[in-house]
Amino acid sequence: MSVLVDISHRLGGFAIDARFESAGRLTALFGASGSGKTTLIDMIAGLIRPDKGRIEVDGRVLVDTGAGIFVPKHKRRIGMVFQDARLFPHLSVAGNLRYGRWFTPPAERYADIDAVVDLLGIGPLMNRRPAKLSGGEKQRVAIGRALLASPRLLLMDEPLASLDEARKAEILPYVERLRDETKIPIVYVSHSVAEVARLASDVVMLAQGNVVASGPTEAVMQRLDLLPAEERGEGGAVLDTRVLRHDETFGMTVLGSAAGEFRVPQLAMKTGTPVRIRIRARDVMIATEKPRGLSALNILPGTITAMSPGEGPAVEVGIDCNGATVLARITEQSRQALKLHLGGKVFAVIKTVSFDRANTGAGLPAEVDG
Amino acid sequence: MNWLLDLTPDEWNAVRLSIKVATVAMLASLPPGILVALLLARGQFWGKTVLNGLVHLPLILPPVVTGYLLLLTFGRRGPAGAFLAEHFGIVFSFRWTGAALACGVMGFPLMVRAIRLSIEAVDRKMEAAAGTLGANSLWVFATITLPLILPGLIAGAILAFAKAMGEFGATITFVSNIPNETQTLPSAIYTFTQVPGGDEGALRLTLISIVISMAALVASEVLARRVGRRLDIE
Repeated sequence: MSVLVDISHRLGGFAIDARFESAGRLTALFGASGSGKTTLIDMIAGLIRPDKGRIEVDGRVLVDTGAGIFVPKHKRRIGMVFQDARLFPHLSVAGNLRYGRWFTPPAERYADIDAVVDLLGIGPLMNRRPAKLSGGEKQRVAIGRALLASPRLLLMDEPLASLDEARKAEILPYVERLRDETKIPIVYVSHSVAEVARLASDVVMLAQGNVVASGPTEAVMQRLDLLPAEERGEGGAVLDTRVLRHDETFGMTVLGSAAGEFRVPQLAMKTGTPVRIRIRARDVMIATEKPRGLSALNILPGTITAMSPGEGPAVEVGIDCNGATVLARITEQSRQALKLHLGGKVFAVIKTVSFDRANTGAGLPAEVDG
Repeated sequence: MNWLLDLTPDEWNAVRLSIKVATVAMLASLPPGILVALLLARGQFWGKTVLNGLVHLPLILPPVVTGYLLLLTFGRRGPAGAFLAEHFGIVFSFRWTGAALACGVMGFPLMVRAIRLSIEAVDRKMEAAAGTLGANSLWVFATITLPLILPGLIAGAILAFAKAMGEFGATITFVSNIPNETQTLPSAIYTFTQVPGGDEGALRLTLISIVISMAALVASEVLARRVGRRLDIE
């Protein structure tokens, strides 16, 4: 499955000119608000007609302005989950869920209502009215409604943006299950580093209507300089790891990765389970020799491969640890004091407690990870 | 109290006729009312202001003028009247159908106004969402727009019904005041007030008129509340 978007469009004073192609399980369209993410996703859904360009999903041409092709939205079979859920107020939860199924040709109905209800845990809500649901429940029902139309592609437009932290934490595991347990490819719009790092297999980064980077999540998230200003602090290396063992004595879990072992607060996951971690650059310290008498438990040897000025007094340092890159944000003063240089051998130091639920999530299963 | 319920056959006929005329006027103007309200709420076309003006004309014209215009157009020798009579056998002049037409035309602006307001209040994002789920515009209208405007639809219909129950000027001008055919409640009351000793009859019909109008109002309140509770938009 693949999505190809190559469009240019003018909206008042705002010009959007974007091209990307992705075959990932979950492709994140990532950028600051006003970067054109929602406009792009609306074009894929057929809610906006681009001035010029081409959109293909799985080889099926949905838009080709040159050839005069524009498939209307109700014929695209592309599911959409809106930021504001948009549940139909006059229908029950069950009625909302069944809505799209009705319009799907029987031969193409692959979604099973019981499986979807079970996946999203919305069984107890079936007879309720949308007005009687919490924000998180609404969003889960909206996801279910889109899935039950048996879409070829699922679009999610900042589905968590209007929810508080507790509700986000409630929904995220469902999106992970959606990504891992269904076969539907997902395009996910977000301006949050935490969500993108946790969920995405691929990232398309947007700024002022242009694609500034795209590729696998681990690679794109290295580009701290491209992050929206308000998300800089959240930026850092994204690594795919696996649960090696649990340390019951101290309530920790040991994760294995190419870079070495990470000791993180205990995760309720079986040994061998893939885990996606994000190591915020600001949580990483650099030592030029193996530290002794230090409380931090994660000390990884590596080589400096990149150094670039960050915001204010900061320098962003890339450290290659056995093939996996860890990013550290330190001050220019420390860089000079430690005489850091490209190719220098250093140790990256990360505290166990800097890992929390916000930067540790279910990893993508290896067999489908693009 | 006995004198109140002791209606003469002619009075009963006026009551029955009024209800029939108002019901037919209301039901017949619903489809065009919805269509015109949709056009006015959402359409962007040349002549929208003209259409808006035409729809509201019966509201501002003297009813006698509207009735006379109907007579000119839908009378036996009027262009529309002659055409309909010749090709479809539908005759309006001096028939109860003419009374229904006059009442429908007079109530039309009220109905369109109520429906139009409710259409403008519909969140079009809901319709877009239905579109992404596979519904074409006709289905979107039937399954999303129509249920969401139901309270406005009911309000508009009841307004049109109430207007029809009270319509006098246009009706009497267009189809006259023929007992058993075009003599609706207001015409009958008017007739009573024109003859000596008609006070009792006029009062009886007035009270009945009040009861019917109140019943329609209460029914619309109950219906609207039930629909509103079902919709329950935060």
